[in-house]
Amino acid sequence: MAYIQVPDHVPGIRSLVLFSPETGKHLYDLAQALLRGNSILSAAEKELIAAYVSNRNNCLFCMSSHAAAARCLYGDAAAVVDQVLDNMTQASISEKLKALLHIAGQTQQSGLAVTENDIQFARKSGATDEEIHDAVLISATFSMFNRYVDGLNSFTPTDPAEYVPMGIRMAEKGYVPPTAPVAQ
Amino acid sequence: MPHIQLNESLPGIRALLAFSPHTAAPLGALANTLLRSDNGLTPAERELIGAYVSSLNDCFYCQHSHAAIASCYLSNNTELVNQVISNYHTAPVSGKLKALLCIAGKVQQSGRNVLPADIDNARAAGATEHDIHDTVLIAALFCLFNRYVDGLATVAPTDMNSYRQRAKQVAAMGYGSHVYTSQQP
Repeated sequence: MAYIQVPDHVPGIRSLVLFSPETGKHLYDLAQALLRGNSILSAAEKELIAAYVSNRNNCLFCMSSHAAAARCLYGDAAAVVDQVLDNMTQASISEKLKALLHIAGQTQQSGLAVTENDIQFARKSGATDEEIHDAVLISATFSMFNRYVDGLNSFTPTDPAEYVPMGIRMAEKGYVPPTAPVAQ
Repeated sequence: MPHIQLNESLPGIRALLAFSPHTAAPLGALANTLLRSDNGLTPAERELIGAYVSSLNDCFYCQHSHAAIASCYLSNNTELVNQVISNYHTAPVSGKLKALLCIAGKVQQSGRNVLPADIDNARAAGATEHDIHDTVLIAALFCLFNRYVDGLATVAPTDMNSYRQRAKQVAAMGYGSHVYTSQQP
């Protein structure tokens, strides 16, 4: 049970945003700008970085929901999502995306863990400043979301099937803050 | 040297906000809403939590920026700010703030480290639901800012007076795009 009084049966971040809509609006705007805004990285790649970082932070809710969104956005290539979560270095993805996931993984530990070599490696595989920036900011942002969701012990469904419709909604509609459930 | 090409006249996160205005807007709005509110926790207490978490993350720029902003709100009581950062257990702050700093320190490690007993302690010391919520979100937000600032190796000024000057600007005007569009103090 969550540590604060949030609506029953509403999972993860959605319950926290209903508790504090004034901060929730900006959190959803950030997710929308970062994960759906125009960028060189595709929405699928950005969701994959989010799921990868959430997995490393052991945040089951964020990992499951963003992996579900990434599977939807990858379509026929959805298998790469589970390959990356299982072992990123062996996944069927570009060297550039591997280098960016590596930077995201370093950022997840500490910003200070990102080395000049990590950056040079990403550049050699074709990454631009914008993509390096986005990889670091997505990792940093999920280092926030994961702590927010788990630090308040929000409700985390354990049945993977529950995340499938969430992923479809996130892929199709992006990030729209939830509105208060109608009182019964 | 920063890992990406940034405006060299802007320090720390300011250069990153200028690099990516579309993400700067919600980050600035979030900081303003969460750190400038005086509903429950005071702005000074919020900045103390931010400075404390930044020190745990070893983020020089964020620690000194937010310590200086906290000092501004506390009539320049930098000694108190330094006491909270170096050992809050012995600092002359309320039991409630100490219990919340304990939660913030757990969040800095991992959200999963926050235990029911930590929440019970905070409640027993007088923390409300919103105080607990805001503490967790402030600690989480600084885990974002610290990683963003250091992950891209932004420039942290070594002139400590410059932190005081920028702090006065934030204390007076809050967070938002002015921190990278107006002349640097």
